[in-house]
Amino acid sequence: MAYKDEQLHEEKVFKDPVHRYVHVRDRVIWDLIATPEFQRLRRIKQLGTTYLTFHGAEHSRFNHSLGVYEIVRRILFNFEDRPNWDESERLLSLCAALLHDLGHGPFSHSFEKIFNLDHEAFTQKIITGDTYVNRILERVEPGFSQKVADVIAKTYENKLVVSLISSQIDADRMDYLQRDAYYTGVSYGHFDMERILRVMRPTDDQVVIKQSGMHAVEDYIMSRYQMYWQVYFHPVTRSAEVILTKILHRAKDLYKEGYAFRLEPQHFITFFEEKVALEDYLRLDESIVYYYFQLWQEEEDAILSDLCERFMNRRLFKYVEFNPLLQIQEWMELHGLFQKAGIDPVYYLEVDSSSDLPYDFYRPGEEGERLPIHLLLPGGELKELSRNSDIVEAISGKRRTDHKLYFPADTLAACTDDEIKHRIYEILYGQGGKTHAE
Amino acid sequence: MLNNHARLVHFFSVAKQVGGRKKLQKMIYILQKCQMPFAEKFEFHFYGPYSEELTLRVEELCNLHLITENKEDKGNYFRYNYEITPEGIGFVEQFDLDMPDFSQHVELLQAKSSRFLELVSTMCYFDTLARHEVEAKVHTVKPKQKYTDEEIAEAWDFIDMLQKGLAVSAQS
Repeated sequence: MAYKDEQLHEEKVFKDPVHRYVHVRDRVIWDLIATPEFQRLRRIKQLGTTYLTFHGAEHSRFNHSLGVYEIVRRILFNFEDRPNWDESERLLSLCAALLHDLGHGPFSHSFEKIFNLDHEAFTQKIITGDTYVNRILERVEPGFSQKVADVIAKTYENKLVVSLISSQIDADRMDYLQRDAYYTGVSYGHFDMERILRVMRPTDDQVVIKQSGMHAVEDYIMSRYQMYWQVYFHPVTRSAEVILTKILHRAKDLYKEGYAFRLEPQHFITFFEEKVALEDYLRLDESIVYYYFQLWQEEEDAILSDLCERFMNRRLFKYVEFNPLLQIQEWMELHGLFQKAGIDPVYYLEVDSSSDLPYDFYRPGEEGERLPIHLLLPGGELKELSRNSDIVEAISGKRRTDHKLYFPADTLAACTDDEIKHRIYEILYGQGGKTHAE
Repeated sequence: MLNNHARLVHFFSVAKQVGGRKKLQKMIYILQKCQMPFAEKFEFHFYGPYSEELTLRVEELCNLHLITENKEDKGNYFRYNYEITPEGIGFVEQFDLDMPDFSQHVELLQAKSSRFLELVSTMCYFDTLARHEVEAKVHTVKPKQKYTDEEIAEAWDFIDMLQKGLAVSAQS
């Protein structure tokens, strides 16, 4: 029997708190899960620094990837024998679902920002490069790894396959919303996925939703909206993310200046130099990052050691609301005041905006800038979701955006120059700010 | 801090008006491909390169009244037009952005349709491939647009012109 058709003698199952069980029957999927590149995902948290706000959020990219695979498996079970679905695309869809996040590194968002990386590019490299994953995919058929990479890059010719893992109602989002809600313990993020899977229909280039399933999709859109503001964009998580980014920034600056680290940061050197090879990328996981952060607390550089101590012991920055239009002059003044107070504003003052986050809302795509969710009407006509749903129309209208200013309140409190401190408090907290801060 | 916002406001100060969200997306992507320092991350979507980060940032600029968004009824669809405000001009003046002059690029891009810019940005997205592979990829990922050989040839000329334009402004 050809490798691509090989089935395990007995179905394997992973116990999963979100989907109850993840079922594996294909030999190829089982072999992919066993590769070092996929196992590495166990050591990368799905939600990065969110565990510092919601202590349960310790789940990994490994859990999530299995979850996405399982959802696609269930969708395809429902698609069997339906028009527009080509069963020969089944294994490709499952492999792409399983491997879609393979290139994520530790704390991806901060690492990408500071070291100019792109986790999607690394996903492509892992799948098509000299790796265990690639060897398994090429055993399926020559060129199969490129097809998997194309599906994940959204450039594969069959758009229906792409839309299973990359659209506005895809297996990726359906898994992470439920999984993140489960592990954070919040009551948002829940929706009737089984119902959505039952009303999904394949068309020639996208998955659409039978009109009768509209209310289940409304629930999904609401969950997405609430999770954005309650979990993903939580200001405390953002504070931890700001400190993490500052640590990486400081360590990189020190390296460039020729600073002598107590222990040579071998794992980081190609990151500092922005010449990261695939093997360097693959050997860096969160356990390594924590190891260095632990060591860097003992460094002579006061900024690096302080930032690491803050991150490791959750001594985070405080925040105030910030209006970039009205407060831009005050921001510049704050910079000067921080310098006078002996606090380096480059590492201790930051404005974080909603656009700095890698999460999104539902977009009706009115001008074709993005493919929306389409409802399949009884006559076969397609209609964009927000045109039928008042709820979706309401939350996809005018957006709420947000900017926050982060700073180390404890360091400011210890400032001995009362005049400078008073003026900083006035800017941060408004008139009478000193009283407010105290 | 807010440098990425300021760069976008600067773009609107150069462009004056931008007609349509799709056009805006493609213009910023093509400028980025011409080495202009816009930081927004793009991914390939159904209609070509698209940046959610750019969409969100533009919404933030609208909410701050640094730019305005006007919805225009075009009959069978709505188009969103963008324009810088006096507050936006004041805002960007406070930053030392050190941006190259891209006014010629913007002028060239403004004159083209969003369909054409969709083609150009898609071709730019696959710029690591050989020319014939890029053309094959365009037909694979955009079968419904049915781009003709003439349009693709025009797009290559346009890309060459933009790159030459960059060389001119870098020298000046």
